[in-house]
Amino acid sequence: MASVELHDVVKRFGQTVAVNHVNLKIEDGEFLILLGPSGCGKTTSLRSIAGLEDVDEGQILIDGEVVNNKRPADRDMAFCFQQYALYPHLTAFENIAFPLRTQNMNHNEVNQRVREVGKLLKIEDIFPRKPKKLSAGDQQRVALARAMVRQPKVYLMDEPLSNLDAQVRVDMRAELRRLQINNRITTVYVTHDQVEAMAMADRIAIMDKGVLQQVGTPDDVYVSPANLFVANFIGSPSMNFIPCNYDAASHGVRIPVNGETILYRLPVNVKQSISDIQDGTELILGIRPEDVYIHTEPVDDGFDCQLVLMEALGSENIHHLQRGNLHFVSRTSPADVYPVGQSVWVTLETEGIRLFDRKTEAAI
Amino acid sequence: MHRKKSRLNRILAWAGLIILLLIFLFPLYWLTVTALKTRSQIVSIPPMFFFTPTLENFRGVFFTDSGTDTNFKFFFKMSIIISTLSTFFSVLFGALAAYSVSRFKIRGKDDLMFFILSTRMLPAVATLVPLFLMYRSLRLSDTVHGMVLLYTMFNLGFTVWMMKSFFDEIPFEYEEAALMDGYSRWEAFIKVVLPQSVTGLAASAVFSLIACWNEFVYGAILTTRYARTVPPAVSVRVGHEGYEWGKIAATAFMYVVPVLIFTFLVRKSLLRGLTFGAIKK
Repeated sequence: MASVELHDVVKRFGQTVAVNHVNLKIEDGEFLILLGPSGCGKTTSLRSIAGLEDVDEGQILIDGEVVNNKRPADRDMAFCFQQYALYPHLTAFENIAFPLRTQNMNHNEVNQRVREVGKLLKIEDIFPRKPKKLSAGDQQRVALARAMVRQPKVYLMDEPLSNLDAQVRVDMRAELRRLQINNRITTVYVTHDQVEAMAMADRIAIMDKGVLQQVGTPDDVYVSPANLFVANFIGSPSMNFIPCNYDAASHGVRIPVNGETILYRLPVNVKQSISDIQDGTELILGIRPEDVYIHTEPVDDGFDCQLVLMEALGSENIHHLQRGNLHFVSRTSPADVYPVGQSVWVTLETEGIRLFDRKTEAAI
Repeated sequence: MHRKKSRLNRILAWAGLIILLLIFLFPLYWLTVTALKTRSQIVSIPPMFFFTPTLENFRGVFFTDSGTDTNFKFFFKMSIIISTLSTFFSVLFGALAAYSVSRFKIRGKDDLMFFILSTRMLPAVATLVPLFLMYRSLRLSDTVHGMVLLYTMFNLGFTVWMMKSFFDEIPFEYEEAALMDGYSRWEAFIKVVLPQSVTGLAASAVFSLIACWNEFVYGAILTTRYARTVPPAVSVRVGHEGYEWGKIAATAFMYVVPVLIFTFLVRKSLLRGLTFGAIKK
């Protein structure tokens, strides 16, 4: 068990900066997920921690000790690869035993350790088979077992579930999380799937274009996104963004819609936090789909728009609303059904309103 | 309609295969029957297809007409020693070189690979005179180590290129996995990469072995007595009645059989080795 720290880490590939001055501390026993779109530098960060990539600047510390010059083998970490990288010439059993074979461990102990982890992951019956003869789910379990058979300081996992079928993925997600909660080994997990990240992580670190955007608990990043990128990336369907200008006189925002302007008065709690903003400042109002309420009758503080489409997903209904060039989405319980193609009135949950600076894209 | 066509295709394919087989196997057949014929049967025109076989020529492989030893056993032993050693070294160094070229960043890698390939571009005869002079002044002429050195060098270009294509096919992730599992780079190569390239090693070894086994030109010029292999030795079996074709054929037959058996045994890995990388997964 160990903590992992990245101090101002930079990694370049030629002209491209894959990891750009990243600072991050992963606490002892924590499950941290590196989340971001493909090419955001999350895998490179993970590989740098592993020692599979040499960093160009900055330091990587394990338990406070700088490990930049340590070989991967000496860092005592286990890595779970996206493509599993199971040794094709070895059986499942030998694959799992492989990390133990270099540790001067006697034969019986190796056997015992492999059987234990096999029992835990319920893969004892596939021990004699070679990787080629295994299903993706079983391969994944063997890869996991190979990582878990040692008690490394840190688990590093690079999208381990991305090659699995949806159902197996959901099962494995829970299983993996349960195992980590039990053994409390520090884990850094890379994924581009925000649902996976929300479901599993103690904390999520969101990256984009090599830059760390926000680090926080799933709740933090969902409720208080630090910028537009995070707000957009987390949540499905993603947050509604409405371009607007600050109106100092009414403590509200002016939303331009096809030439006319809707004046939307901001609730009291939002007003206080933005008291120093000048009139006319270009903003973006962000609101989660579940914080958009639909009414069939005119209401105070509401504005009218067309309900253009409804997607009934079983567990929820997604309503697509439009007014001129303004398009946004409301999520309701499946019981709420409104007439498609008709005018409806919309109000926003005051607690859910987030404002972003349109120029810097940062949250206000 | 479709069925008919596929049947026709099958017949055509078989016909083609049989024709090819006849072309390739005919020399072997002719070699064998020549070894079993008497001198007059060999030179008779039209050629004789039916005759009473004789084993007289096989006795001639080991002894001359006057009963002295032909030294065939010694030449055969030399062929085995020189071919095996140079195959071993060319596969060993070839695999190591190919692995580094495949995995590490090396400045001028492409030029280096071209240079290695270019060692195979000159015909043997073109290098003979300089090699002959060099070998004489270095006292390498007619020595086993001199021939092993030469054949190793000669085969290395081939084994490096062949092994490189094999290593290129093995994803680097396996080595990374081994590194993470606590192994050194060298251990990862030995325990993870090599076991996966057994077919490549086998194929390279077979080709090297056959090339050494059959090599004639260098052997004929650079050896006289102590490191002479079978191919140059057999070519000088000229008796007082001219070329002794029957004995030459019998010697060649005995020389070909081990390679035939060996190739037949490893044909599966040979085939895989030849087509490796041709089809992407």
